[in-house]
Amino acid sequence: MTALPPAPEPAAPLLSVRNLEVVYSDVILVLRGVSLSVPARGIVALLGANGAGKTTLLRAITGLLPLHRGRITKGQVDVEGTAIVGAPAPAIVRHGVAQVMEGRRLFVELTVEENLRVGGFTRPATAASESLERVYAMFPRLAERRKAIAGYLSGGEQQMVAIGRALMSAPRLLLLDEPSLGLAPKIVEQVREIIEQVHAQGTSVLLVEQNAVMALAVAHYGYVMEHGKIVRDGPSEELRADQDVRDFYLGGAVTGELRRSFHDVKTYRRKKRWSA
Amino acid sequence: MTDFAQFLIAGLSLGAVYALICLAFVVVYRASLVINFSLGGMVVLGAYLAYQFVAWRVPFFLAVLLASLVVALVGLAIERLVLRRMVGQPVFAVILITLGLLYVLEQVCTTFWGYDLRMLGDPWGLRTFAVAGVTIKVVDLWTIAASAVALGLLFFVFRRTTIGIAMRAAASDPEAALAHGVSPRTIQGLAWALAGVLAVIAGVFIGSGSRGVDLSVSAVALRAFPATILGGLDSTEGAVAGGLIVGVVEVMSAAYITPNAPSLGSNIHVVIPYLLMIAVMLVRPYGLFGTAEVRRA
Repeated sequence: MTALPPAPEPAAPLLSVRNLEVVYSDVILVLRGVSLSVPARGIVALLGANGAGKTTLLRAITGLLPLHRGRITKGQVDVEGTAIVGAPAPAIVRHGVAQVMEGRRLFVELTVEENLRVGGFTRPATAASESLERVYAMFPRLAERRKAIAGYLSGGEQQMVAIGRALMSAPRLLLLDEPSLGLAPKIVEQVREIIEQVHAQGTSVLLVEQNAVMALAVAHYGYVMEHGKIVRDGPSEELRADQDVRDFYLGGAVTGELRRSFHDVKTYRRKKRWSA
Repeated sequence: MTDFAQFLIAGLSLGAVYALICLAFVVVYRASLVINFSLGGMVVLGAYLAYQFVAWRVPFFLAVLLASLVVALVGLAIERLVLRRMVGQPVFAVILITLGLLYVLEQVCTTFWGYDLRMLGDPWGLRTFAVAGVTIKVVDLWTIAASAVALGLLFFVFRRTTIGIAMRAAASDPEAALAHGVSPRTIQGLAWALAGVLAVIAGVFIGSGSRGVDLSVSAVALRAFPATILGGLDSTEGAVAGGLIVGVVEVMSAAYITPNAPSLGSNIHVVIPYLLMIAVMLVRPYGLFGTAEVRRA
């Protein structure tokens, strides 16, 4: 296990989500009162199975819900004390929140550099070209391949483009949705290093992952989400040590058969304790 | 042979105009997935406006510029006032609305300018010159050159400027583009305004020279539609290729088929672009340059 960066001092949170409720198509309640916060200069992991509502939470934060006929029906989202519920997505980007969507979502027929330039769309030209140089300094590989068509890059390179593109807006908060999905273990390790690098440069990170090992290795704090609710949270060391989290997210329990809900694991363990 | 060269230049000139209109179709389609049939109305309106400004003694090029500005605003207004309200509705309904707008725009033109042919008052008129025995119309050369400049400028914008790249990004993945602050509203408004400018340039060249401006300019403009499908509805390169191909084929078929096969009637050249479109679509349903997996609305 690599050494963790020192946990940040508790301060006014950079991102604060309080009691958030989200409904799709006016009928499907997906988030049922979610509260979480990301401190300034922190890395926070959000764990949970498919369909738990993690991506929905990110959409709610970044203003992409209307595209999916979703709506925030209750609750608050503040970034540095400013309420951003109801703000259009471009305004939220300008406010310092950037995201890497699940599946990377590159503009596949555009070149690497063109992808990055779109990431800097909200910024004045000079600031954008400064960001571009910074991203190239961070990912020399992308500088080499700046003229390559994004769709032809390897999975790892594509993830670099996706993260670099998000960094182009010089965000204070970076939201990452499943950055390790579909990548080889060696590349996942690379992604982890990138996240640490991004954090070292002063950007806070909210990391949504199914790969709990990686997420809890890099994050200071973690939340576990299930059926649209936060069911567990705590410092990463604590979650890593927690038997329930281990059983469900950290053990070999990745095959479909063993994938029970967090609550099932809990009752199962309780039963085991009683019968023992 | 000199005949052929002459027809070729005339065909390229017509093709260049089609290419402009095709590009206007493509730009709007890529931004909003709508096939904008009101484009024919925008083209004829642009031609009439240029005529009107010239009649008011505005210098010709300034007149074209003013007309472009007005029709760009018309495009923007259509997008803002009509299509914005149709967000989330079936694309089919939106396309029917553009068809309705085509007739509205045409009626607006007849209200102001009636049905008589108006001579545009362009600086080229009927002038010709000869190179190696080939008679060339000055207006054809201007059409080809001006279209080439307009297309070159547009491709430069799409490749090199941030807003142009953002337009391509929004066409590629609208949600990812929005997530990075590229608002589809901005992009769509821009696309419709751009279509307006392209329509005016095309309209002016259709109406200049010996032809003049009347309502049938709109029908000529809509013949670029099969050319757009031929090239691929979502491809800017395809728009140019499709326009040029259909322009040349149309002129050639008028020149060679009609005299040799009078039984086919005198308007076979109007039908040929559609036959060509059908033939291409049987082999490549998404057009010559189009994306195989054309997105569904």
